[in-house]
Amino acid sequence: MPNIIRTLCAAFAMVIVTLIVATLPAKAQLKLDITKGVVEPMPIAITDFLSGDQLGTNISSVIAADLERSGLFAPVDKGAFIEKISNPDAAPRFEDWKVINAQALVTGRVTKQGDGRLKAEFRLWDTFAGQQLDGQQFFTSPESWRRVAHIIADAIYEKLTGEKGYFDTRVVYVDESGTKEKRIKRLAIMDQDGANVRYLTNGKDLVLTPRFSPSKQEITYMSYEGGKPQIYLLQLETGQRELVGNFPGMTIAPRFSPDGQKVVMSLLQEDGSANVYAMDLRSRTTTRLTSTSAIDTGASYAPDGSQVVFESDRGGRPQIYKMGADGSNPQRISFGDGSYSTPVWSPRGDLIAFTKQSGGQFSIGVMKTDGSGERILSSGYHDEGPTWAPNGRVLMFFRQPPGSNSPHLVTVDLTGRNLRQIQTPNLASDPAWSPLLD
Amino acid sequence: MRRFEMIARSPVFVALFMSLAIAGCASKKNMPNSAGDLGLAGSATPGSTQDFTVNVGDRIFFDVDSSVIRADAQQTLAKQAQWLKRYPNYAITVEGHADERGTREYNLALGQRRAAATRNYLASQGLPAARIKTISYGNERPVAVCDSESCWSQNRRAITVLGSAGS
Repeated sequence: MPNIIRTLCAAFAMVIVTLIVATLPAKAQLKLDITKGVVEPMPIAITDFLSGDQLGTNISSVIAADLERSGLFAPVDKGAFIEKISNPDAAPRFEDWKVINAQALVTGRVTKQGDGRLKAEFRLWDTFAGQQLDGQQFFTSPESWRRVAHIIADAIYEKLTGEKGYFDTRVVYVDESGTKEKRIKRLAIMDQDGANVRYLTNGKDLVLTPRFSPSKQEITYMSYEGGKPQIYLLQLETGQRELVGNFPGMTIAPRFSPDGQKVVMSLLQEDGSANVYAMDLRSRTTTRLTSTSAIDTGASYAPDGSQVVFESDRGGRPQIYKMGADGSNPQRISFGDGSYSTPVWSPRGDLIAFTKQSGGQFSIGVMKTDGSGERILSSGYHDEGPTWAPNGRVLMFFRQPPGSNSPHLVTVDLTGRNLRQIQTPNLASDPAWSPLLD
Repeated sequence: MRRFEMIARSPVFVALFMSLAIAGCASKKNMPNSAGDLGLAGSATPGSTQDFTVNVGDRIFFDVDSSVIRADAQQTLAKQAQWLKRYPNYAITVEGHADERGTREYNLALGQRRAAATRNYLASQGLPAARIKTISYGNERPVAVCDSESCWSQNRRAITVLGSAGS
């Protein structure tokens, strides 16, 4: 099996979870209200997990970095810690944590099992109530230690916010190298925090706009292979690849339906128009959803699969339209200044993210699904192509500074106040977020 | 219909390919846009691809978000059609391009619209449309890199690329 694929398989290795019974009865629970516009980050102490080596510290660092990057948590500086945790099974000295204002405390331990697997345990404590909020243990292969850390960060996030986390996820994107005139683009996949980058194509063919299946470890993307730009599917676990349909012209802008059984895309036609088609991947039948002489592209399904949002210049400049999943009743929903492109329906169903061009700026924003309530979250010389974290709370996109054509990946949350760059080995564009891994 | 293959290749191959690709593009960086840039008018062998590029002009330019064939472009395409009718053995591909001031998917479609408009114009000049293939590169193949209109306008183009017959 090729190296790339073997590495992926290892990363997909199952992590077994069991609950550790709470040592104290539950009382009123510590909870961060993230429904308000402005959230004061919750101070949380994340202690180094006990282990015979560096691994415990490494796991704690990944958990702390995940929580910090969300903008909802403020990990307390380890130098301020008073109590040194020597027995993570015992209740901590809550006073020692309250005095440094750590509202929540995370303790844990990593041990190597006889069969070579890792066992990682953690407990989450409410220091002011003096009680355990959560406790779980995980068994996994040693190379999946980062994944375990992300799973623990997700558990903490969910317990303290009441919403699902998004840390145990991946991002597929386009890695860019070479000069701007002769750019080499490769498909790459990484953990959401930028770690574990792996390449999925070798750079020989121009590849663009990868998109994750919402239901399995599969991506769809566009490739110029053989001089004929078309849409492909790639199974991440096996490396199997296949062409999606064999159309007379170029196909662009693919995206999966929520059940992963269809791919919607645009076919570029002889007369210069672009129309939206959906292909059923099981029956291989194709349905035409739009029939105009305009450019209709960038289609994205609602999470219930009943509607499709897309961009069209049928009214002049590109604007966002919504229609039934069968192409019925298209109606324009964007009416602000400038033009609107790359609409993406939120996995929660409540919002549509977009790229807006106005006044020489490119912005990332969200609107309600009827087009009202537009909010701009990020603006710059060139911010483009949002993709949603599976919990519908964070967006990733690519940003290009003027002149340089050196794109990089950025995340922003729905408040617009927490903008973070994701470090990648090379230039990076066209990110697409995976669903939460199973 | 279905085609399966493993996509992973050896990292050595990738590295080798990349170094070759990077080395190979340096010399092409300043491709002339027209005969005037080279000062070589008339020196190319008649009927050669160099003759086409230098003495006819292989590219036309477009206004922002537009695929309308401008008056200056009409002149170039009329000359192209004349030349291509005289040398019927060349296969013809029209590449449509967009500037970077648009989103990727829209630019791919806009490049196709420009390529289609160019083909249609060449056909109106008596060239069989069936002889002309089109492809769009969107904003993936800029000739000029900067952050001003002066170079975006160079990137909004359609290039008529010649190949050997039947290719």
